Amino acid sequence: MTDAPSRPNQPVYLDNQATTRCDPRVVQVMLPYFSEEYGNPHSAEHVMGQRAEHAVEHARAQVAAAIGADAREVIFTSGATEANNIAIKGAARFAASMGDPRRRIVTVATEHKCVLESVADLAAEGFEPVILPVRTDGLLDPDKLREALVTPTLLVSVMAVNNETGVIQDIAGLAAIAKASGALFHTDLAQAVGKIAVDLTAWKVDLASVSGHKLYGPKGVGALFVRRRPRVRLTPLFSGGGQERGLRSGTLPAPLIVGFGEACRLATAERTVDAERIAVLRGGLWDRLRRDIPGVRLNGSDQARIAGNLNVTFPRATAFDLMRAVPDLCVSTGSACSSAEVEPSYVLRALGLSDRQAARTLRIGIGRFTSAADIDYAAAALAAANAACEAAGFENSAHDT
Amino acid sequence: MHETHYFDANASQKLRPAARDAVLSAFEAAGNPSSVHRPGRAVRRIMEDARDVIANGFGGQSQDLVFTSGGTEADATAIHAMSIGRRLIIGAIEHDAVRSAATGAAIVPVGRNGIADMEALETLLSDGNPSLVCLMLANNETGVIQPVEQAAALCRRYGALLHADAVQAAGRMPVRLDLLGAHSLAISSHKLGGPAGVGALLLSPDAPFTAPLVSGGGQERGRRGGTPAVALIAGFAAAVLAGQTDDLQRIATLRDAAERAALACGAVVCGDPEHRLPNTSCIALPGVAAGVQVIALDLEGIAVSAGAACSSGKVQTSHVLHAMGLGTLAGEAIRISLPWNVTEADIDAFATAYRRVADRLRPALV
Repeated sequence: MTDAPSRPNQPVYLDNQATTRCDPRVVQVMLPYFSEEYGNPHSAEHVMGQRAEHAVEHARAQVAAAIGADAREVIFTSGATEANNIAIKGAARFAASMGDPRRRIVTVATEHKCVLESVADLAAEGFEPVILPVRTDGLLDPDKLREALVTPTLLVSVMAVNNETGVIQDIAGLAAIAKASGALFHTDLAQAVGKIAVDLTAWKVDLASVSGHKLYGPKGVGALFVRRRPRVRLTPLFSGGGQERGLRSGTLPAPLIVGFGEACRLATAERTVDAERIAVLRGGLWDRLRRDIPGVRLNGSDQARIAGNLNVTFPRATAFDLMRAVPDLCVSTGSACSSAEVEPSYVLRALGLSDRQAARTLRIGIGRFTSAADIDYAAAALAAANAACEAAGFENSAHDT
Repeated sequence: MHETHYFDANASQKLRPAARDAVLSAFEAAGNPSSVHRPGRAVRRIMEDARDVIANGFGGQSQDLVFTSGGTEADATAIHAMSIGRRLIIGAIEHDAVRSAATGAAIVPVGRNGIADMEALETLLSDGNPSLVCLMLANNETGVIQPVEQAAALCRRYGALLHADAVQAAGRMPVRLDLLGAHSLAISSHKLGGPAGVGALLLSPDAPFTAPLVSGGGQERGRRGGTPAVALIAGFAAAVLAGQTDDLQRIATLRDAAERAALACGAVVCGDPEHRLPNTSCIALPGVAAGVQVIALDLEGIAVSAGAACSSGKVQTSHVLHAMGLGTLAGEAIRISLPWNVTEADIDAFATAYRRVADRLRPALV
């Protein structure tokens, strides 16, 4: 048994795959654009508009640099969800409008909900979605992709890093397979930028989505990479003033974009240092959980995995009970968007977990601002909570094996 | 470099101090509003309080308010969600956000005064075909207020739906969805002194919503996917509240003063001078291209525009002024739009600069 640890002054935030704290350095660079620099970056006729436009273009170059792209390949959006919608629906609708007979859209069972929903929306328009399974380690078997591509395919969408398990897909390899078959390839980089090296010049990726708030930038901004050579063409999701080369209309939020650019710069500059430190913290936490809670199990590949993620199934206690027992520890049962849902995680089920196992699983996301003390607290608190839940609820959970 | 006097509020305006404070304090909060833990719930509360403020402020109910990335997305979402199985009818002077989402729509013409022709709308509706009508509450280039209440009554009589783009009207005149009788309103934060990057679609309780435009993780009751931009949403609400105490009469008086200075130089005002937003004036200087006026005024430290900001930079005549039948004047009109913090000194600077520019550029009278 472990003694209950003393309560921290602040909640300990280990949910960095749901969202991250906006880095104070990011807030700092945004400040002037929330006050004196309020020009509309599209008002190119006057000096205030021009200054805002310069700031936006500087940020565009920073975002491009973080993903190994050219600035002209970066379209700003309100976030990765919108970028995923534009990429998937836009590519399919454009191809169909040009008379392309292909209807197949291939994606993976563990994708983010917005990718699966976008593909489902396309099914209603006559496209043919194919949802590939993953192996028990969360990785997509390249042969499954090859099999699916036997039927001429318009678009393949595979996320680089999973939001629940942190599992890293081999995007370079999968994209090459897709390209060889003539399909376009999209990847959701929301969880990847700042966590793994991303090089879209080397990877044969046509479209890629980036999120601001997952990399210590602000919420409400993201980007879509659209390859220029060879040029990838899209039908916009919505139009209007024709901003972002007609692909995404609407006034650009200059302060957020400036912050997003800075967040991307920091993500690139500090990625290796952050990852090394975070890996040590995660290793320490996992060692202690294994020591104190016999029978805990890690879901998803332990090799192809970002440094910050632990996705842990507990032997008997449910995630709900554990979280209730440690209200000062912010972890989650799965993706934040669907946190309030009672449904077990479809991602974990795709890895072969039963509903009961999924219900006993926590996602732990360690990030840039996590301290060793946070990890100490988390390890002790989870062990104590697990012991308390097991003691209190053994009769309830005895059948739950 | 001398100070810039900013007369381009209809493009964007300075963030109100209360909005700025709300944005910055929300950046301190780490949570995702969809998460169930404490920081998540704290952030969710910020968002739901903001939703109450904005829904109340515009005559709607909190559960009927959908946060979007801005006015453009709100317009596109309304049209996407409400036009299935319906013919589209739009005003001739709608913003491009509506025009491009409603390709092939029937057009309600406007008169020379810039006001939509309600008889023409009734003629279109009278065939009884299910329709979605889009009519902006106030035009972004002329500030002319449209008869949305009357249009809503017509739509309801003929079983049609009405979407009103209130992007320019919100914060510059009282706007209440319930009193207007429309089915939806599009609102933008940065046009009313909140941060850019957020807006809202406010639906009436009886508005149908078939499918989201941006699909995702089920946020916004399944009507708009994506992690909500909480800091922006907090700033949006703070701006709505702050705007409720603006002295619109003061702004109208200053606008009129600026306008008089221009009229004294031979300019003419485009659009109905009575039914207008208090902050907007569309002023044509006969014989001088709008682009030349804008650049000359910019050199004098006066920021104005030749039309919608989104299309400024493009060399094309305003579809709004063209639809009003203004002929060559359409290419000779600039828009001045006063921000919430406009001062008398700004107006004096404008008057002086305009006089200088007009004297220099206006063709000699024969």
